[in-house]
Amino acid sequence: MKDKKLFGLAALFSTPDELVHAVEKVREAGYEKYDVHTPYPIHGMDNTMNLKPSKLGYITLSFGLSGAAFALLFMYWAMSKDYPMIIGGKPFFALPAFIPITFEVTVLFATLATVIGMLTFFFKFPSNNHPLHDTPYMKAVSGDKYGICIEADDKAFGLEKIKSLFKELHSTDVSEIYFPVLEPVNLFDGKFLALLVVVALLTSGVTYLSLNKLLYVSPFTWMMTQDKDNVQTKSTFFADGFGMRRPVEGTVARGFIPYEYKGLIAPIVPLSNPLLPTTAVLNQGKKRFLTYCSPCHGNFGEGDSRLRGQFPNPPSLHSEKVRGWADGNIYHVISIGQNVMPSYASQISRDDRWAIIHYIRALQKAKNASPTEISEAKKENSANVAK
Amino acid sequence: MSQNDLIYQKKELPENLKRLGFILVGVGLVLGIAGYFFDSQRALYNYLLAYVFVLSIAVGSLFIVALEYLAGAEWSTPLRRIPEFLASFIPVLLVLVIPLLLNVQSVFEWTRKDVLSHDKILSGKSPYLNTTFFMIRTVLSIGIWSLFYFLFVKNSRKQDSTKDQSLTKKNINYSAVFMPVFAITVTISGIDWLMSLSPHWFSTIFGVYFFAGSFVAALAAVTLAVVLLKEKGFLHPRLNNEHLFSLGALMFTFINFWAYIAFSQFMLIWYANLPEETFWFIQRWGGMWSVISIALIFVHFVIPYAVLLTQPAKMDPKRLKFISVWILAAHVLDLYWIILPQVNSAKAGALTIFFEFGFLIAAIGGMLIVFYLNGKKQNLVPIGDPKLEKGLNFRL
Repeated sequence: MKDKKLFGLAALFSTPDELVHAVEKVREAGYEKYDVHTPYPIHGMDNTMNLKPSKLGYITLSFGLSGAAFALLFMYWAMSKDYPMIIGGKPFFALPAFIPITFEVTVLFATLATVIGMLTFFFKFPSNNHPLHDTPYMKAVSGDKYGICIEADDKAFGLEKIKSLFKELHSTDVSEIYFPVLEPVNLFDGKFLALLVVVALLTSGVTYLSLNKLLYVSPFTWMMTQDKDNVQTKSTFFADGFGMRRPVEGTVARGFIPYEYKGLIAPIVPLSNPLLPTTAVLNQGKKRFLTYCSPCHGNFGEGDSRLRGQFPNPPSLHSEKVRGWADGNIYHVISIGQNVMPSYASQISRDDRWAIIHYIRALQKAKNASPTEISEAKKENSANVAK
Repeated sequence: MSQNDLIYQKKELPENLKRLGFILVGVGLVLGIAGYFFDSQRALYNYLLAYVFVLSIAVGSLFIVALEYLAGAEWSTPLRRIPEFLASFIPVLLVLVIPLLLNVQSVFEWTRKDVLSHDKILSGKSPYLNTTFFMIRTVLSIGIWSLFYFLFVKNSRKQDSTKDQSLTKKNINYSAVFMPVFAITVTISGIDWLMSLSPHWFSTIFGVYFFAGSFVAALAAVTLAVVLLKEKGFLHPRLNNEHLFSLGALMFTFINFWAYIAFSQFMLIWYANLPEETFWFIQRWGGMWSVISIALIFVHFVIPYAVLLTQPAKMDPKRLKFISVWILAAHVLDLYWIILPQVNSAKAGALTIFFEFGFLIAAIGGMLIVFYLNGKKQNLVPIGDPKLEKGLNFRL
């Protein structure tokens, strides 16, 4: 090494107590720029060196707080302003549910800021080197020795003076630490950048060629590739290019009974309800009615939509007209749709449609019952209860 | 400083401490008993509050003692006598619990036959929640704590004169046995004395919640006693700020732990929104209780957290004194918030606040007297403990 500068003078001690004593003496002698290196933390060393509490905590605190604020504000904006969504019946700004995330983000910000802050402010990132690295001194203090190093920048620094001080303190080894004076590296040097680009192109090109072309092995695909056309794929076999074929004209699914009055606007449908109005059927009808019909027709078929005007309200199911209809006509409307109402044939099965019709009939009966009918029903009910 | 100044010399605790204790007991009992004639049911709940307060500090202190042995902690050895003294209240609990056991029918709904007969849930819980088993559990828990208290303290005191190292070894073994027993008994105490006040309600985390509050209160009591005694020079002169720092750091940790557990309990119930669980919190949201519920978050978490956050704060005796008193008050508030909403007394009015903390004052007075009596007979520093020297040399 031609151009080298003195970094400092380092001394090794065999016990932590000797080192603590040495630090006391070094402080008494008026040195300020010194540091100790030990294989493990020595309790009380901070006090002996008279170190002030690290400033790192302020970075941690401020970033932790901003993390908390950021998380809360972001969730407030996302969940209650920009795209309000009801989740689990909770309010849009559901603070208790947000607290775990706020906590996580706080910790994330705080820890990242601590590490990055430590690297930049205290370790002078991107410098990843230190004069003490790769010295016998560092090897010794990573093993079983305890070391102190006084830096040459110190105002009171004097090579012979410190050497004699260390000798007095029974240091086992005193070494001068030098570091090479390097020219600063220019990252944006043309040649360097060109080299980077060439290397990048070469490595990626060679990798691509060797792995994807020369050494290409088709991976074992289990059953993913087969000699057939999958749905939604293009076919080279069929003239229309569709991999998915239409069933033969007139094909029906198993258990499907075609509806013969399909396409007619208002036919007199002579179908009659194949189900008996038992309790089970009525309950089934009620369930389906509440699921599929009630959003528009209302819970009792009065045309009082539950959708609050988002969709035109249908007329009441208790009108003379609907009451006068045969079951088949109601079935027709459910199957085909009418006016704004679309067909429900694909959502509601055939039996369910008939069950709904029974339920609608029950609703109509209940809504338009005469006083005598009500009292009779009550009597019958109480008789049933008594049984 | 001469060499002599660095050696512990026993000083008598001041007579004033005992006098103050007796005054507090007197005033507190008068207030509490007056409250009993004013509104007997509420007074019983106030008594329960005082009982659980004392129990939590005494048992929490015993836990600190056992923890030190089990973890092999050295820093806390010079001040171990303080939790030992505080734990000495455990055998007294056996006497204190008698008024509650006699009036068990007015405190706990599930003890009443008429309630059980038409309440399916409570009669379903009766294999656990029945008066006989309850009393067995109570006596057994206090008995087990007392047993371990006497074992620990006997060895610790014997060591003062014999300086026998094997006694420490013995106590380590005892604390290894004590820890799981402690976990079970504390959970049972929390469930029996606090959760079963509202017997339909259940929270599986409640035992931990009670432990968290108890431990942080016990730490605060120990810290308060240590700081006060250190200032007056009753403790070892070499005890320094770094010991205080460790106490402060532990308090800080367990304040966080309490908040974590309390919030976990709340959030799961709030999120699941099941009526059989939420009603307990809804009860604590009606009327003035919402203010207390919100205050609990700040008093028991936010403020102690902020005060104890910085490194110097954990070392500063003044701030530690302040915050340990604060945390003890927060613990009272926590218990108040758990216990008092269960009172459905029509007489609740401005006058009740006058009697509310009578028994609590008496209980604190009682603790002072017991502390004084302990300090009179014993060294305030375990001078024979082999870890003492290392503990005194403790540096951060």
